[in-house]
Amino acid sequence: MNSRTAGRMRGLLFILPSLLGVGVFVLAPFLEVVRRSFTGAMNGAFVGLKNYADVFSNGAFRLAAGNTLRFVAFCMPLLISLSLLVAVILYGNPRRAGFFKTTFLIPMAIPVASIVLIWKALFHADGLVNSWITAFGGQGTDWMQSSAAFWVLVGSYIWKNLGYDVILWMAGLANISTDIYEAAAIDGAGAWTTFTRVTLPNLLPSLYTITVLSFLNSFKVFREAYLVAGDYPHSSMYLLQHLFSNWFRELSMDKLAAAAVLVAAVILLLILLLRRAWETE
Amino acid sequence: MRKIRQSLPLLLPLVLSAAVWLPIVFLVGGSFMGEAELTASLAPVLSGGEGFARWDLIPLYPTLRPYVELLLDSPGFFVMFWNSVKITLGTLAGQLLVGVPAAWGFARHEFPCKNLLFTLYIVLMLMPFQVTMMPTYLVLDRLNLLDTLTGIILPAAFSTFPVFIMYRFFRGIPQALIESAELDGAGSFRIFWSIGLPLGAGGVMSAVVLGFLDCWNLIEPPMTYLKTKALWPLSLYLPQVVTGRAGLALAASVVALIPAILVFLYGQSYLEQGIIAAGIKE
Repeated sequence: MNSRTAGRMRGLLFILPSLLGVGVFVLAPFLEVVRRSFTGAMNGAFVGLKNYADVFSNGAFRLAAGNTLRFVAFCMPLLISLSLLVAVILYGNPRRAGFFKTTFLIPMAIPVASIVLIWKALFHADGLVNSWITAFGGQGTDWMQSSAAFWVLVGSYIWKNLGYDVILWMAGLANISTDIYEAAAIDGAGAWTTFTRVTLPNLLPSLYTITVLSFLNSFKVFREAYLVAGDYPHSSMYLLQHLFSNWFRELSMDKLAAAAVLVAAVILLLILLLRRAWETE
Repeated sequence: MRKIRQSLPLLLPLVLSAAVWLPIVFLVGGSFMGEAELTASLAPVLSGGEGFARWDLIPLYPTLRPYVELLLDSPGFFVMFWNSVKITLGTLAGQLLVGVPAAWGFARHEFPCKNLLFTLYIVLMLMPFQVTMMPTYLVLDRLNLLDTLTGIILPAAFSTFPVFIMYRFFRGIPQALIESAELDGAGSFRIFWSIGLPLGAGGVMSAVVLGFLDCWNLIEPPMTYLKTKALWPLSLYLPQVVTGRAGLALAASVVALIPAILVFLYGQSYLEQGIIAAGIKE
């Protein structure tokens, strides 16, 4: 055994404890879940794609999957563009940027549990938001008990994640070399032209990771949704996450296994597709 | 005039900031109101009283009673607080113990299937709780760890996210430093210990700050795997206090907030570095 192979084995030694844990706690049981997704819940006999068919024909699954897709489709473009706008503004005002960065990061540190009562006081039918709306002559809505609940959720997501995305965008902005801006200024480009022709194209590499990370964080709104509205919230904010925990409680393990494999596959596919799309850019 | 034009765009972040600060001011201000004042202003929300709820920014009759009651007369609160501490410290200790060497191995060593394994780590870090919910349940069931704090801590300790964060920092250490240490005859463990750890300390801190904020806010795993309420962390238990005792609940919310805010204030620059480390392309 020469010293190079010894060095290679040493590298493996460093990651071994972590790899063992990942194998025992995630990989092995996930393979087991994949196996179970093709078997019946009671007798463990092979049932082919029956569990998957059950999941797709399940009304609660359709509702939850539809809501989750709708949620992602609304909140991600909204968060990504709003955070870009804020990042560009802060980048142009470095003296004030520190205060705002701190401000927008604070919600990341606030445990959902600490603001549940505030959310309830704000969005209750007789709550603060409605009292402000009526004070300005508007018509209040019962936020949590109507389809407006969906928008409370979108708002909570943006509230929580704005700072995270602003930091990422600002890092992307800082990576653009000042030479390009100087060249654009010499060519007589105005502020808007510079933004669309120089800033935006150079931010494209950041867009991939920001999209992926924002997507992942979107799964965490379940925390707000669950703590504010419980297991069965208004149907407009009944998400896949609610469905999973309800199936888990009912011990519908066959459906749960198939749904977990489906979600894992969809997420893997999305990540690969996104990466492909941006690499061919 | 120019100055005004320059500051005009700041209006947007200013308005958004209000949305961050207002709830915090409500929360902290409310925790110093007496039960009576809170009940009076929140009656429509809490007990179906007439009219709209209102909330004064500053308490009319400030009092420490809710805090005194919370700290002296609520043994349940301490149990939950302590559960949160145990889960958070246990998870962080585990993540560092296995994660730091793993990050170093990926960043600084060559071994068979390295790229494949690292891709696997990234994919796992991107999977939401719902995907790992049933797999983790099966393992915990097999190991008799359901309904124990260990059952919450162990799977979290093997999270691949901190490995990825620290990996980015270890990659940034100049190769020349490591080569010169090798020339001086330092072995790979010595290099890891005396060069990697000190120079990658920022990465370790970033992983700790991000990990702390996430653990302190843990909801899904304890809700899924812990049946015994006496084992629940604050993050899950707090909303249960809400019914009826608004003053107490607000004081509890503020106390639960304090550790997270302290870590945030102390570690904000690490937090930012950690966010960026996860975000920039290689």
